Amino acid sequence: MLEVSIRKKLPHFTVNVQFSCGSGQLLALLGPSGAGKTTIMRVLAGLEKPDAGRIVYNGEVWLDSEKNICLPPRQRKLGYVFQEFSLFPHLCVEKNVAFAADNQARVRELLHRFGIWHLRNHKPQGISGGERQRVALAQALAANPRVLLLDEPFSALDVQTKESLRGEVLAIKKQFSLPIIQVTHDLHEASLLADVVLPIVRGQVAGEWLAGILQGEKTIPKEFPKGQEAGRYAMEQAVRRIMTRPLAWSPGI
Amino acid sequence: MVIGEVMDYSPLILSAKLALVATGLLLVLALPLTHGLTFARFKGKFLVEALVGLPLVLPPTVIGFYLLVAMGPDGGLGRLAQMVSGRPLVFTFAGMIVASMIHTLPYAMQPLKTAFERLDRRLLETAYVLGLSPVAAFFRVVLPNTMNGLAAAAVLAFAHCMGEFGVVLMVGGSIPGETRVASIAIYEYVETLRYQEAWQLSLALVLISYLVLLAVTFLNRGERYA
Repeated sequence: MLEVSIRKKLPHFTVNVQFSCGSGQLLALLGPSGAGKTTIMRVLAGLEKPDAGRIVYNGEVWLDSEKNICLPPRQRKLGYVFQEFSLFPHLCVEKNVAFAADNQARVRELLHRFGIWHLRNHKPQGISGGERQRVALAQALAANPRVLLLDEPFSALDVQTKESLRGEVLAIKKQFSLPIIQVTHDLHEASLLADVVLPIVRGQVAGEWLAGILQGEKTIPKEFPKGQEAGRYAMEQAVRRIMTRPLAWSPGI
Repeated sequence: MVIGEVMDYSPLILSAKLALVATGLLLVLALPLTHGLTFARFKGKFLVEALVGLPLVLPPTVIGFYLLVAMGPDGGLGRLAQMVSGRPLVFTFAGMIVASMIHTLPYAMQPLKTAFERLDRRLLETAYVLGLSPVAAFFRVVLPNTMNGLAAAAVLAFAHCMGEFGVVLMVGGSIPGETRVASIAIYEYVETLRYQEAWQLSLALVLISYLVLLAVTFLNRGERYA
């Protein structure tokens, strides 16, 4: 279980969020660009310091501003897949995946699992965007992370590639029992992948949805089909309402 | 000297030796210094930056004068050298190396700084998240991705040391075989109207410098990755 509470002043607003994410759970931070989502991820990873906050992973304190504790990124042992490609250009695919791995068998297994075995000797600049993100996922998982952070990992990809990579994320969620936090501005994506969706507006959590609840009929207009599609529609409407509302909106569903 | 007679190449060889040693030591010094000045954030950073850039704007004679005093028997550097090796630094090959290093430092730092600044910070952040310490990240990520900058720095530093005149003349004098480098030898040839030797040595320096600049252009071209 990852418990997070962060406050950080940005030039135009203050990021102020509290949430928790259990093992095997995928929590999506959903919001327009510039809402402070990436800042939250960077604080989680230890790449930025908040003004105040507390981050605890299974009882281990990563950050406690009151006690002046702030573990550097390397001691948090997490996987972070960035918005754009952050593979090492001087290393081939295999060496990128093996960069922080202590187990070569795991590296080989991940190369096969993500369908990038045949690219293992290529440099990152010689493969496609979707392939690069597969390598980035494999690289993050090879290091045996305790938490996985995905910062808009698919935003630069075409629809088809996105679809297949979403499948990968769902499979990762099932196979590796670790908390996954994903940043996205794509409601559709959040509804497909996440167990919990936190809409972030100007640095604040503007409501919380458990994706499962939205499968219900209560909020679905008659003219729309029931089931998953309908749930998605209801959530879209709700999030749209929140995201276009002024700040003083109080969460509740 | 009669045309066709083999000229004395020892000043040229001495210049090359000086440039090679100074460049090697400079890279060891310039790498951590430039890395610190590019990535670290501390108060008064601009003061340090201006200080290491001083050799770019000061007349070589000014640097040479201060070094002459510092390396002399009563200077701090001179006394230190006296304790270690039994003779002061001034008018020695070792002294010229120190002088060349100080005068060439900003020329070695500039290409390194450009290369460090061009490096995508996310690569470093990925390395940190993947568990690397800053030192490990420097060797495994920064250095391999700035090799062209490092090579450009080495080539420029070498060329600058080869062409050094004012500073090395002040602190080295002109002792044949020990401190009489090519640029000083040319000056002396001209002073004593030995134009033939001046021509030959100058031509050799022009050729070397031209090759060096070609190398820099080539390295800059190959710098971009994707």
